[in-house]
This record gives sequence, structure tokens and C-alpha cells, in this order.
Amino acid sequence: MRASANREPAGVEIAGVNLSYGATHVLKDVDLTIEPGEFFAFLGPSGCGKTTLLRLIAGFAQAQTGTVRIAGEDVSALPPWRRDVGMVFQSYALWPHMTVARNVAFGLEERRLPRSEIGPRVAAALDLVGLGDLADRRPSQLSGGQQQRVALARTIVVEPKLLLLDEPLSNLDAKMRVQVRRELRDLQQRLGLTTIFVTHDQEEANTICDRIAVMNDGAIQQVGAPMDLYENPANLFVAGFLGAANILEGEVTLEDGHPVFRSGATIRIPLAADEPARHRARLMIRPQHCELAAGAAAAGAAGRIAHREFLGAAMRYGVAVGQSEILVERPFDSGQGLLEVGAPVSLAAQPGRARVFPG
Amino acid sequence: MSAVAAPLAPARRPATPLGEWLLAAGVLAFLALFLVAPVAIVVVVAFLDPRSGAPTLVNFADFARNELFLRSLWNSLWVSAMTVVLASLFALPLAAITARFHFRGAALIRTLGVVPLIMPPFAGAVAMQLLFGRNGSINLLLGDWFDVNIPFMEGLNGVILLQAIHYFPFILLNVSASLANIDRSMEESAQNLGASGLRLFRRIVFPLAMPGYVAGASLVFIKVFDDLATPLLLNVKEMLAPQAYLRITSIGLADPMGYVISVILIAVSVGSMWIAALATRGRDYATVQRGGGGLARREMRPRDKLLAYAVVLLILALTLAPHVGLILLSLATVWSFAPLPDGYTLAHYGRVFAETPQYVWNTLLYATLAGVLAVAVGSAIAWLVQRTRIPGRAGLDYLAMGALAAPGVVIGIGYLRTFYGVTLPTGQPLATFWFMIVIALAVRRLPYALRACTAGLQQVSPQLEEAAENLGATRPRTVRRILLPLMAGGMLAGFVTAFATASVELSATMMLVQNASDAPLAYGLYVYMQSPAGRGPGAALGMIAVAIVGLCAFLSHRLFETGQGPEMR
Repeated sequence: MRASANREPAGVEIAGVNLSYGATHVLKDVDLTIEPGEFFAFLGPSGCGKTTLLRLIAGFAQAQTGTVRIAGEDVSALPPWRRDVGMVFQSYALWPHMTVARNVAFGLEERRLPRSEIGPRVAAALDLVGLGDLADRRPSQLSGGQQQRVALARTIVVEPKLLLLDEPLSNLDAKMRVQVRRELRDLQQRLGLTTIFVTHDQEEANTICDRIAVMNDGAIQQVGAPMDLYENPANLFVAGFLGAANILEGEVTLEDGHPVFRSGATIRIPLAADEPARHRARLMIRPQHCELAAGAAAAGAAGRIAHREFLGAAMRYGVAVGQSEILVERPFDSGQGLLEVGAPVSLAAQPGRARVFPG
Repeated sequence: MSAVAAPLAPARRPATPLGEWLLAAGVLAFLALFLVAPVAIVVVVAFLDPRSGAPTLVNFADFARNELFLRSLWNSLWVSAMTVVLASLFALPLAAITARFHFRGAALIRTLGVVPLIMPPFAGAVAMQLLFGRNGSINLLLGDWFDVNIPFMEGLNGVILLQAIHYFPFILLNVSASLANIDRSMEESAQNLGASGLRLFRRIVFPLAMPGYVAGASLVFIKVFDDLATPLLLNVKEMLAPQAYLRITSIGLADPMGYVISVILIAVSVGSMWIAALATRGRDYATVQRGGGGLARREMRPRDKLLAYAVVLLILALTLAPHVGLILLSLATVWSFAPLPDGYTLAHYGRVFAETPQYVWNTLLYATLAGVLAVAVGSAIAWLVQRTRIPGRAGLDYLAMGALAAPGVVIGIGYLRTFYGVTLPTGQPLATFWFMIVIALAVRRLPYALRACTAGLQQVSPQLEEAAENLGATRPRTVRRILLPLMAGGMLAGFVTAFATASVELSATMMLVQNASDAPLAYGLYVYMQSPAGRGPGAALGMIAVAIVGLCAFLSHRLFETGQGPEMR
């Protein structure tokens, strides 16, 4: 089954979308372009509008302004059943009164396909997700992972222009989640289907998506490839949402022509040469980009180990420096030895790793 | 894969589809025409001067000056209150025994909770006279053995006994549900903090069980206060509902007293419901705690066990008495001044089917149509409330539930007054057309059907419908292929409940039946029971009613037990 054999992948353009439920402004000036064949994620905390944006594309939500184009066609006024986009619901939404095969056949029946064609296509779709032998079961007789695959088969069997996945992994246990997300990625690659994936889990988005739109409070914060977002977050929200981050408040001053970030009496971090001076600034640095040395040293900021957490591959230290606490991660087997709680340490930033945002 | 999906043409989409508006308008029109207007007209007429048509309170003054009416009002209040007392005497020991002790007879008590409900109280009225009346079996035996005669069935006593036997399950079920919701940890934490015995009961168990008791008791009070058929069959006329019926049927539609009595019936209904709502408001304790499972159960000492069985068996005997009496009466050749009938025959059943088969067929027809109508309107309201954003949709729900506060007598009088002037093409007044009985039954059963449909729809996640729309099914197709099959169980349960209760309704029916050929079974039973020679066939009709309702109770029990429609496993 290759959807791409007879259909070019479709792109999505969202322009100027505003959506409110009563006084609640759920989507604010959303502009977004999703390339054909892309595996794209809407990532954000709950209530950020990511599911509403997905439902807007599927036709289950109505925007007050703006347009949604799929494969160049304006679908804003089309009801859900005419949009030809496949959606996998968070709850899977399998119909309990139908067998697995009847569930999968539903979309083809609604498209008035001849019976002779429906059977083989249903079988092929079920084989594709590895459930060929469960066609006559009821959804209630399946495990969570199997239900999820039925929902997927039911959606891709109609060869939609677009595949929408609403938190498809959230009802699976941790082990299944890793396995299924890999399978999703494989399937998407094989079908060449433009796919949008909604999640609040940055690890899920990072591991399977080509690009991510990070959303917060109804607005898109940044769009980019996972590594790009991690390395060059556009703002503090993106920095904090993708991975652990230390955020420090302070100012950027020029010392002998070189910009330096200062926070409190002890923290002093040299910055890249093109950083402008700011009276108020916030600095972001990831825990693994901080260096720790036992004892007081002249070069770094003096602190004290406040607590430590063993993470397996790494040891995470909370270091009290003046009024702030800074997280530092060191590989567990780095050979540097462990630091005890209460031990005096000195702290430094790896050069070029810190990011500065206006305060 | 070969074929591409069918080409999809663009279409405009309005915010709220026209179909939803039309459905809401249809439902509103139905409720306005057949519930609001008749009741409103009854209330308005009660406040109008019958000669001049001017607004006045003179009708109420007339009512207050009439000794018969005041006695009827007092009798109705007395009978309702004493029924609550007697029903509580039956129900509370049973509830306490099952909640508090390990008791083998618990299953028996649960059965007790259903048995009386499958027979309308009026059906057993005459049979109870023959068992408990002055010359009934029990008093004949008592007279022989002890030379005493207990006036179980004299005047109002008979109504109280019959109603209490019929309605005590409402209190039993509500109190049992409340007790079952009390977690044993609540009692134990009170004991842990030093409470025990009476203080424990007064401060923990009683307040937690109280809302259930008040809800059950007020329901019993309303039902008895509004009931027309039971007093009439026992030939007790000095109560409010019978007085309203007699005024309208003997003096005429223009007589204001029927309307004044209707207003009083409505006021008492609304007042009792209001008290019940106050008692239960903010006391939905079931949601506060997890689990439930009831109080700690204790073992009974042998002496207590004996006493418990004696109480349970006595109440069981009383509960079954109308059924036993009705069976005997339906099979008796002659039964008079004797503990048991002189001989047995099936002739009464034969006479019913030979002479008046229309009673049975009319009942099946009316109850079926009323059930279908109630479920159709009920599911439409449930759907509008849960699946659309039409403004004021919740009001439809409240309006439909308002039928609970409209006594059958009031609905009957309202229909007569509202639709008598409307004539069919045949020249017959609309109010006397048989289909109006169906509509009246449907309106009265609508609250039950609505709740069942609402529960059925709530089980269907909206995502199941969205998934269908997403795969190309239009809204009508989604309703047909997804929604209807999934809520069929709830709709069927609603239908069965509506059908069963509609098939033995008599209050509104009594007002609306104009000739015997249009009458349903319950009315036929009333007609037969008017003469001693008709008692046998009347009882046979009653047994047929018991069979119909019993079968429905069994079916709905099965439906609710599995909780789902036939297609679900």
C-alpha cells in the first residue's frame, strides 16, 4: 500500500487564524506552512491551543478569521466529511458496535466504493499495521496498542491527503510508546504522507518529527527542526520547554569592549563578541553546559552543592550560588568523582553555550 | 491501492445548521402545545370568574367555603402523610436489616423492592377488599378465632394501606442507595474519634441517609396526593383528585372547582419536589468519597435473625396480598363472605377476550405509540442538549422534566379544556380523539424516557461521531451508522419504561376516554369493577396488566443490567 503512488503529498497553509470560544482567545494570529510529505509536530503544554489547531484543520473547529488551505485548496468552509484528511483521535474513537474490519471499512463505504474493492483494501491496511488476524474482533477485545493500530489503519485506508494524530501515544504505557512512535515514523516514511502530530511531550516530538511548531497560550512561539529549536530557542518559553534550562536574571555590560553577563555579586559569564549591552537581560544555559570544580577557584563563581539527583547516565547537581540555584549535569562515569551535598564548588559556563534574551 | 476517493465538492457551512433549529422548534412546539398550554390554561381558568371572565380569587373563596372540598383537601393530606408513615414503617426496617447485617434474606428484600411496582395500586383494590375488608378473608378468620374485626380497608384506611403497599419500594430503594453510598470508613473514622451507638447514628449515619429518605418520601407523597384511580376504585370520593374528576365529568368543563383543585394539586406537587430538591441539593455525597460499599455489616444473633425473618415475611405477605387476591378473584366462580372462593374457572379471561378484547389491544397500541413518541421527543431533546449549541437548549430539558409536576388529572382536564373546541374534519372534538390519550401518556412518561435517552447518549463519546465525519460520513449518515446503534440500548430502556408505565396509567386516561371502544385496559378494569358481576373479568384484566408490566420490568432490568444494546457484548 503506497499512498504516494497515486497522490502527491499535500501541504498545509494556515494564514491569519484567530479562534475564540466566547471570551477565551484560543488561537491568536496563527500563520503556518507545512511542507508536503513532512512529519510535523504541534508541541506545547495543555491548553496551548495545539489540539484546537488540529481540529481546525480537520474541520471540527471554526475560526473567526483566517484560512486553511490543504494542497492549495481553501477548505475553511468545508465540513469535516468533505475535507479528506485522516485523523487519529486521542481516545482512538473506535466504534464499539463494529468489528475491527467494519471499523476499517467505514470510510471506504462512505466513499461508495464497490464491495469487491473494500475487502482487499481493508485486509491490506490491517496487514500494514500487523493486525491482519484480528479483523473479526471487537475493539473491546483489543489491547491499547492494538486499538491504536486499528485507529491508524482505519484512517490511512482511505488514503487521506493528510494524516492528523492527536496525542496518539498518550494512552500507551512507556515501553509501547517508544515502539509505536518508531513504527509511526516508519509508516509515514513509507507512505510519504504529510503528517501532523500533536503532543505535549518534547521527547516524542524530537524523536520522530521533521519540524516542530512550539505553541504556548494560543500563539506559535517558534517553528523549526528539533535540534535547531534546542540549540537556538527564539525565546525563554521555547528554551524552557525543550529540555532542562537554567534561567538567570541580570545585565549585560561591556568589560574592556567584551560583553559580559552579570547576575548578583558572584555570577559572571563572558558572552559572544556581538552581544549588545542590556540593562536587564535573562540568560539561558543548559545544565550540561556548566562546568563544576571542587573547592573554590578564582575563575568561576563560588557556590555550594545544595542537592544532587542520580539520573542514571548523569548526576544532576543543584548548586546554590548567591540567591540563585543552578542545575549542573555531569556524565556519571566521567571519572571526575562525585561531589557531596554541602561541598564548596566553583561554577563556570562552557564558552559560547549561553543564550541571552531581553529581560 | 487503486481507486482514489470520490471527488469532494466544496460547500458552505452555516454556524448552526437549519435542521437543528427545525428540530428544536418542533420539540418546543410539542411541549408548548401538549404540556405548557394545557397546564397554563387550567391555572388561568382557576383565576377567572366563570360568568364574566374577569380575573378573580372568588373561585378559591368558594372552595374554602365548601365543607366537602375542605374535607377532601384534609383527607388527601391525611392519606398522603399516613401513607408516607406506613410506607416508612415497611421500608426502613428492611433497609436497616440489609444495610447493617449479614442476612440471607437480602435477595428476598431486593425482590420485595420490585414486586409491588409491577402492579398499579388500583388493580388490586377490589381484591384487597375481599382479603382485608370488613367481610374479607382475614376478618372472617379473625372473627371466627378471636371475635375481632379490624377495619383495614374502611374508608381512607383502605387507600392508605393499598398505597403504602404499592409505594414503599420508593423509600426502600432510595434509603438503601443512600446507605450503600456511605463508606464504612466514615463510620469507622467517627468511631476512631470517639463516637458510638446512638451518637454515631445521629451524627453520621442519619444525616448521610436523610437525603435519600426525603427524596423517596416526597415522591410517595406526590404520587398518593395526585392519584385518582385508587380512591375511586375503593369508592372513596372525598379526596381532591376524585372531586376534580367528579366535578368535571358530572357538572361539566365550565365548573371552576375542578380547576381550583388542579391548582392545589400542582402547588402541592411543586412544593414537595422543591422540598426534595432542597433536601438533596449539595448533598450528592456519592461523589465526595471513593468506593462506597455500605456500612460495616454485623452477624445477627439467632433471636434477632428470627425477628428479622418474621418482619421480612410479614411485609412480603402484605406485598403479595394484592397479587394473590387478584389471581384468586380472576379465577373465582363466587367469592363472597368466605375466606377463599367457592370454586375456580377460567371463564373470566374468556369473557374479557370475547366481549372486550379492545381493552387489551388499545392498551398495547396506546402504550407502544406513547413509548415511541416519548423516546423520539426524549432523544431529540437529549441530542439537542448534548450535541448542539442552540441557545436555550437546557430549557427544553427542564421543560420536559416539568411534566413530573403535572398530575395526570390536571393533564386530563387541561386537554379537555384546550382541545374540546377544536373539531376534527369528522366533527368530533379533538379532545375526545383516541390519539390524544396517546399524547397525554407520552407527555406524562417523557421525563423517564428523557433521562434514559440522556444516559444512553452520554455513553457515546462525541469523538466517535467526529471519527465518522472525519472519514467522510455526513451528519445524517453519522447519526444513522454510529449514534443510533450506540444509544439504542438507552432508547430501548426508555421505551420499555415508558411502555410499562403508560400501559397502566389511569389518571389522565380516565378524563380523556369518551367511549368504551377507545378505552385501554386500566379504564376497562375500572368499568368492570363497578359491578359485583364484573369483578371476575376486571381481575382478569388486572392480571393481564400485571403480566405486561412484569414482562417489561424483567426486560428493562436485563437491559439496564447489561447496560448496552443488543449489538454490544
